[in-house]
Amino acid sequence: MTTRVAVLRFPGTWSETDFAHALSLVGAEADILWHADADLRGYDAAIVPGGFTYGDYLRAGAIAAISPAADELRRADREGMPILGSCNGFQILCEIGLLPGALVRNRHGEFRCEWVHTRIESDRTPFTAGLRGEVLRMPISHGEGCWVSDDRTLARIEANGQVVFRYTDPRGAATLEANPNGSTANIAGLANENGNVVGLMPHPERCSEELLGGTDGRRVLEALTASRHTGMVSASVQ
Amino acid sequence: MTGYVATIRVRPKAEIRDPQGEAVAGALRSLGVDVADVRTGKEIVVRFSAEGLPEASAKAQQMGDELLANPVIEEFAVEVAAE
Repeated sequence: MTTRVAVLRFPGTWSETDFAHALSLVGAEADILWHADADLRGYDAAIVPGGFTYGDYLRAGAIAAISPAADELRRADREGMPILGSCNGFQILCEIGLLPGALVRNRHGEFRCEWVHTRIESDRTPFTAGLRGEVLRMPISHGEGCWVSDDRTLARIEANGQVVFRYTDPRGAATLEANPNGSTANIAGLANENGNVVGLMPHPERCSEELLGGTDGRRVLEALTASRHTGMVSASVQ
Repeated sequence: MTGYVATIRVRPKAEIRDPQGEAVAGALRSLGVDVADVRTGKEIVVRFSAEGLPEASAKAQQMGDELLANPVIEEFAVEVAAE
């Protein structure tokens, strides 16, 4: 069966058509849904793409986080739906409270638009199943990607295996130099406790075909469609 | 109903680094001003109506809690006055 994915669009979202295109490359069917009346029922997964929703006013993702789509995402999360947030989508999921911590201004104060490497630390999510230990090369494009939390939250998510992507060098070593924004513990992406909600700063949709200079992002989307076949998506409902 | 003005000041928590403040500190030093430290934040001024000061204060607190500040990284203070 074809995997059906809802891709959310807020005012200022800019990666929704790229995600829809990348999903089509892995055989998934994507619909772009306007945030104000998004109905996620009947979909297998939801994606909150990158952009600068509401101009990043107040804080990145803060205003999108009080959209009606936030309640719909909370409802879908309670049903165990796989939800992926990339870049601004990651910031939005943190602001909604579906993911722990917050994303603040890069420590060096610079906007970074470049390729980075991340090591996949957990395969207990529908977006990384079978990929643990792999190093993926993906682009980032953000000014506020430095993930922070209090020490207790950090200890808890590390102990629970909720860190999913960590900035590393091409060989998979989490060095200081490999960290593009000063993020705590080189964290590039993480999951909620159940593993169904995942956020990451890199853009998998921008590296899903050779024309774009890389195809590693496609593996994240392929993991989603494969998870559906192996039942991991429905298993995460429990 | 009476008109009130709430001034909500949001700033990063002490343990959160403030790269904007650091950049401003560097700029002030380049002007020859000897500054030890700079912290930046934002001031949000809201005009609204309420039945008395307690309700106005509660409303302003709610604005801070639910939207204007993120408790993970920020703290805020509220001042409310009748217009």
